[in-house]
Amino acid sequence: MAIAVNEHADYDPSSPQVMNAFYRRLFPYRPFFLWLNQDHVPAKLYTHREFAFTLQGDVYIRYNSFHTADEFKREVLRLNPSRFEIGPQYSARPRDRKTLPAGALQPQRRELVFDIDMTDYDEIRTCCTDKKICKRCWGFIAAAVKVLDHGLRETFGFKHLLWVYSGRRGIHCWISDPAALDLTDDQRKGLVTFMEVIKGGKEQAKKVNVRGSKDEGSLHPVLKESLELLKPEFVDVCLRDQDCFRSEQGWETLLALLPTDRDVVGPLRADWKNSDKSSMAKWEQVMKLVGEMRTSNSPLFRKYERALEDIILQYSYPRIDAEVSKHRNHLLKAPFCVHPGTGRICVPVNPSLVDEFDPALVPTVGELLNELDRIPPDSGEARKADDYEHTSLKPYVDMFEKHVAAILRDSRGAKRAAKEESMDF
Amino acid sequence: MFKPSTRHNLPALTADVKINKRQSTSASSSSSSSSSRWPYRLNFYDQPPVLDITLEEFEVFAIARLRVLTHIEALSHRSLPFPQFSSAVGTYLKQHLPLSSNTARNVNVLEERRKDEIGHWVLRLAFCRSPDLRARFLRSELALFRQRFETDDAAERAAFLKSLQFDWQLVDAGEKARLETELKTCLWTSGTSKDEAFRAESWFKVPWHTVPDLVGQRRVYINGGMAYVPQSLQISLVLQAFGSRLERALELTAKNLPRLDEDERLGPVLDHLATSFLSGLGAAEYQSESDGNGTTVTADMVDDVARKHFPPCMRNLYDRLKRDHHLKHFARLQLGLFLKGIGLPLDEAVVFWRRMYGATMSDDKFNKEYKYNIRHGYGQEGKRMNYAPKSCQAILTINQPGTQDSHGCPFRHFSPDNLVIFLLSTYPQLDRSSPEMRDILDSVKTSHYHVACTRVFEVTHGLKKGQGLGPDGETVTHPNKFVDRSREMERDRMEAIKAKEGGGDEDVKMD
Ligand code: SF4
Ligand SMILES: [Zn+2]
Repeated sequence: MAIAVNEHADYDPSSPQVMNAFYRRLFPYRPFFLWLNQDHVPAKLYTHREFAFTLQGDVYIRYNSFHTADEFKREVLRLNPSRFEIGPQYSARPRDRKTLPAGALQPQRRELVFDIDMTDYDEIRTCCTDKKICKRCWGFIAAAVKVLDHGLRETFGFKHLLWVYSGRRGIHCWISDPAALDLTDDQRKGLVTFMEVIKGGKEQAKKVNVRGSKDEGSLHPVLKESLELLKPEFVDVCLRDQDCFRSEQGWETLLALLPTDRDVVGPLRADWKNSDKSSMAKWEQVMKLVGEMRTSNSPLFRKYERALEDIILQYSYPRIDAEVSKHRNHLLKAPFCVHPGTGRICVPVNPSLVDEFDPALVPTVGELLNELDRIPPDSGEARKADDYEHTSLKPYVDMFEKHVAAILRDSRGAKRAAKEESMDF
Repeated sequence: MFKPSTRHNLPALTADVKINKRQSTSASSSSSSSSSRWPYRLNFYDQPPVLDITLEEFEVFAIARLRVLTHIEALSHRSLPFPQFSSAVGTYLKQHLPLSSNTARNVNVLEERRKDEIGHWVLRLAFCRSPDLRARFLRSELALFRQRFETDDAAERAAFLKSLQFDWQLVDAGEKARLETELKTCLWTSGTSKDEAFRAESWFKVPWHTVPDLVGQRRVYINGGMAYVPQSLQISLVLQAFGSRLERALELTAKNLPRLDEDERLGPVLDHLATSFLSGLGAAEYQSESDGNGTTVTADMVDDVARKHFPPCMRNLYDRLKRDHHLKHFARLQLGLFLKGIGLPLDEAVVFWRRMYGATMSDDKFNKEYKYNIRHGYGQEGKRMNYAPKSCQAILTINQPGTQDSHGCPFRHFSPDNLVIFLLSTYPQLDRSSPEMRDILDSVKTSHYHVACTRVFEVTHGLKKGQGLGPDGETVTHPNKFVDRSREMERDRMEAIKAKEGGGDEDVKMD
């Protein structure tokens, strides 16, 4: 019997049967509904919300909306989508859009969302390329999560942030505070432009330009704070682990980012061409050279110091996909979907434990179904609890439910306050 | 809600302000004298006017403001640097919707303010109807308010701001001292030292989302959801307040609008205003200049005028006519009326069309079918209407061309690829990869066809971006204006040359 544990059916995430079993037995509909609706009775946040389904064979159906969580579940089981996305609450029910007068369907409220994808790190990561991701390059994402999470909470005052692994090589963030839901596109744009530091395409060496038109201002206090958070990450991830400046292409990029007032670059290049120094050693060498300027030439020192700060930002600051966050009507893949390529579940990620997170250990739909197969068919336990409780999805659903409970607590509190106020009259 | 009561049968002279008795509730007691209704030049338009107005005023005031807003919108799509934009708006305002400060002399300040206010409220009614219209109205009104705010007399502006009683939270001395480093870093000073500027400055604390533009530019310190706005950037706060109040008010008006349709006299006026704005052109009607200065064009001259002065839509039709010796009905109509507008008399028109059709058509057929249409266009047949040449608005929106048609506006009705081919083959000044071409295609992409056309005018007349057709950067609103302006510029150039030759100026060598 001992062998049987390893012997499991091979569940293929692209098979309709597998997805159907997942939606029937594992998807956490209840907390999912409460998370979007922020109340127990269906409100506009749910009934006027757009859901977009991607069916097997890449058929894409937009503008679905549902009166209740049950109706949603029934439709998911019927369509059996390979994944689905969430849009905004509209001014009317999206499903009625054909009978509405032109322009009557306007996006109104929507969680503020962020999307970070490993593709944007391809030019600086050295361990993987393309669609791959490993525990090592996850370090970039982890650094990004820490900085963004801190900024969104401390600077912008948001409380209800849900970080969700995107199933392959990225992470999403959903902010459910009422103040976030209410943001207009202009306001979202303002926030994102503030947060966006890395800009420019392949052809542009220097991608951090946050010091005004002459590039000689001080960092905005909030960016300065981010920089301090990032310094240890830069050392650990970029210098030690990724060894970003080891290869010639790597150190040439570094040299290109240094000012050219003094001939610092020339000797460094000569030295590095004929040696195989680690990134750490190279960085220390640069730091030492810049340190020597402090006494001799102060403005020049400041200039190099600024350049070093910008380099740290360029290598470790979150690379966010700004367009996703700017518009309320942008659709984003829902948490707890299955990534069609990897079969991994888009599970919530605890930002304070983001360093420990390993994408390779995220349960796949196949593993979960195998775990379900292993429940003894007539055990009393299985009757009482939801199916997911017997699988490794449990801790993630628990985390999600805790998050949802906090949102509900606040929204109930706000409602009570509003009621009391109206009783005063 | 603002509900105008119009007395259309009163003589237009009745321009004196009367408080409408029926609605004079709380407002009337405080505004017994009209001066207290408009104590300041600036206006947040928070109080609906309760004035009796004539239907004529209703329309005239609205059109005046519509012109201004349209002009502002067109200017703003040309991405001029702000000072240039602001001064262009200023010049235009002085002419079309002046609004003077309290200290102004020899001006009927109250009449100006009344006109300004009524125009605003009428346009609210016209523009609240769709989210798109609301957004565009809001943007233009904001730009208008901003221009006025920034040019206002400092003392009057301060008094006005005080009257609005904003509840901005002032950062107290303790907090200011505690946040010294952060606040100082966010000060963008020029010249004076940061320490000095810091000491002199005071800050308001507001929820960050009320100043998204300042946040986007990282011009304010933010902590715990609050943005610290220095007094010197107050304009952002004011604009935000103006914009959000107007936005809310427009949505409210939109909900209540159906009640207004009862007055069938206002309905069409409002409709007309809204459609004019939608096509980006402020009720621009063309008055032919040809009878004014007597420049008659003969059939022989058309070809020369076409090559030098025609706007793209007409150039396209003319080139096709020359090539195919044929045009379909709407295309003929569009070109025919246009030619009438540039001063081609009826008899010359007959000659012109006969020649263009050439051997492809028998005299008999021409006389029977085509001559009638030509004469009709000149008001010599049928209803004897003297049809006006079509404005861009009409060309853009009425009788959309089918796949076989060649009429319409190239910017709007050509596919992007065909538009590029057409522009390149017609205007040697344009280059496929030039920034001008990019400007043009960008404007087309955002549906600002007349802006694209204006850019073509600028490029083909050696003008700088933003100079447009006229002294205050006018945009193309009518094909005939395009031609008139182009010919006028040529005349000016010729006269300048003549003057120089006549004066025997030896320094200038002509070749
Ligand atoms: S914008 Fe007006 S003048 Fe220019 S091409 Fe179009 S219709 Fe003709
Ligand atoms: Zn990797």
